Amino acid sequence: MDIFLQQIFNGLTLGSIYALVALGYTMVYGIMGLINFAHGEVVMIGALVALAVMAPLAGSGLPGPLVVLIGLAAAVLVCMALGATIERIAYRPLRNAPRLAPLITAIGVSIVLQQLAMLIWGRRYHSVPRLLPDAPHEIFGATITEVQILIMVVAALTMAGLMLLVNRTKMGRAMRATAESPAIAALMGVDANRIIMLTFVIGSGLGALAGVLVAANYGIAHYHMGFLLGLKAFTAAVLGGIGNLPGAMVGGLLLGVIEALGAGYIGDLTGGVLGSNYQDVFAFFVLIVVLIFRPSGLMGEKVAERA
Amino acid sequence: MKKLPNAPERKRALLGTALIAVALAVLPLVVAGTLGNTWVRILDYALLYIILALGLNIVVGFAGLLDLGYIAFYAVGAYLYALLASPHFGIHWPAWAILPLGAIVAGFFGVVLGAPTLRLRGDYLAIVTLGFGEIIRIFLNNLNAPVNITNGPKGIALIDPIRIGGHSLSAPLDLFGVTVPGVVLHYYLFVLLAVGIVFVGIRLQDSRIGRAWVAIREDEIAAKACGIDTRNVKLLAFAMGASFGGVAGGLFASFQQFVSPESFGLLESVMVLCMVVLGGMGNIPGVILGGLLLTLLPEAFRYGAGPVQQVLLGRVLLDPESLRMLLFGVALIAVMLYRPAGLWPEARHRRELAEAAAEKKA
Repeated sequence: MDIFLQQIFNGLTLGSIYALVALGYTMVYGIMGLINFAHGEVVMIGALVALAVMAPLAGSGLPGPLVVLIGLAAAVLVCMALGATIERIAYRPLRNAPRLAPLITAIGVSIVLQQLAMLIWGRRYHSVPRLLPDAPHEIFGATITEVQILIMVVAALTMAGLMLLVNRTKMGRAMRATAESPAIAALMGVDANRIIMLTFVIGSGLGALAGVLVAANYGIAHYHMGFLLGLKAFTAAVLGGIGNLPGAMVGGLLLGVIEALGAGYIGDLTGGVLGSNYQDVFAFFVLIVVLIFRPSGLMGEKVAERA
Repeated sequence: MKKLPNAPERKRALLGTALIAVALAVLPLVVAGTLGNTWVRILDYALLYIILALGLNIVVGFAGLLDLGYIAFYAVGAYLYALLASPHFGIHWPAWAILPLGAIVAGFFGVVLGAPTLRLRGDYLAIVTLGFGEIIRIFLNNLNAPVNITNGPKGIALIDPIRIGGHSLSAPLDLFGVTVPGVVLHYYLFVLLAVGIVFVGIRLQDSRIGRAWVAIREDEIAAKACGIDTRNVKLLAFAMGASFGGVAGGLFASFQQFVSPESFGLLESVMVLCMVVLGGMGNIPGVILGGLLLTLLPEAFRYGAGPVQQVLLGRVLLDPESLRMLLFGVALIAVMLYRPAGLWPEARHRRELAEAAAEKKA
């Protein structure tokens, strides 16, 4: 039982991060119908930028959480600028092009970001200084650290804030209108270009936050961390129903828990034939199963065959 | 409308074909004589990539389905060959039995993967194939316990080379007193297969199925309305592309005599995709050009980038390997923005672009 609870805790922590990244995918998809392949790499850049800022400050005597906040601020700013640049260079000129074109530029952007990160930060794994309180607490026989609690709380607050932004503000209304129909939104005086860019900027900011949280959770960061994380977060977005914000959150948490439980129990279930080194397979397995049985996701609307 | 060739034209076409054949036959000997066997080996790899790119071209170029895990089929073909012709299991089947089997098995995987996803929008297919590519790699990496099937990250070594008439292709052949090295023998085999696949591709393009693929690529709903069974036709494209990948994989395993999961990463899939996209989606000569450029240029780069930096900057500032990938990424973006139909586009694409430009002017 305590293993079960332990894996649930781990899964929820991981799932909160997936959810934050998934929001970036789902927001862009909701507005433009485009899979922003480069989003995972934006998350990676966020983590590494934050690390670059935090590492020199870590020994300066400033309190740990303050250093993390400074690192986070830097990461969010850099990623927001990056998001806006990517949209401007790689996606905007192709808005009316065939579907394949923006997908291919997106792959190009993610290769460029990954290689730039490798040139700047090298191939090695960077260890992240422990700046946040990580004292373990025991709940019903399972251990949960303060960092894990912090990750869940921060993710939940951020998502609540995003929901308020989208559902209660004028800008949010403009975003929803653009998602519904860019042409009609434009007739109502919405500057679609600005809204799309804002969507990218907000999604990238969330990605930066997620990157910092991942780095804090695992204590390491490297140039290749964005790929798998992005793929899994995309799976989470599809699981919840792509284009649907609450769906991305539910999908992220669910995927995190599935993965943690899967990794925890696969050895017992298969009599030791498969081990926890198959953890990464679960996400893809979930993705394929969802696409076969419920392609619109848990909370999404029906997906048209091809617009 | 295609004109029937008249006599002088046919003669010219025959002459052209003969010239190309002679050039292809002499090329490895010239290269081996001037640049050395290393470059013949690079040519062999270029031919393998061309075969792969031609297979992917059926999926991406003809039918317009973005497959990001294409290398998985290559891996299936390669590991099948490795398992059935190596001391790993002590099985030594002849290549002529394994290569067709590889095509069938890879095609089967293509159908299994395509069936659930081809009903969906194109971008889902991209992600699922991407995921599939990773799954295959993870399994290859981990299937060494509890039963050792793939030998894990260490890979499978000592794979049998292809034998023709009792002679192993990896050993040099004495022909009328001249020693022909193994890489050159492989070159001839690969060229023959590549030419065969080009022929199949060209015939497919003008066939009923080929036209159905193009119709689906251009407008799926209209294609359906014309009575094309879009699902099955798409599946066929997927399976056929996959089986080409399987054959190329088998050749790769026999040529290299060693396979490991490392060779089948996402970057390889992206490489092959780049060849198709940069060369000209749907256009066979374009894809061949793309394949040649993207295998030969990076090799030249590998030998050139370090020394050039040394001379210009005094030291090797940027790792040539990541510089190469960086240029790939930039090239993908730039080609999509400025030459969306590739370097050597298909005639249909070129016409469409010209029409669009004319409309803009009017």
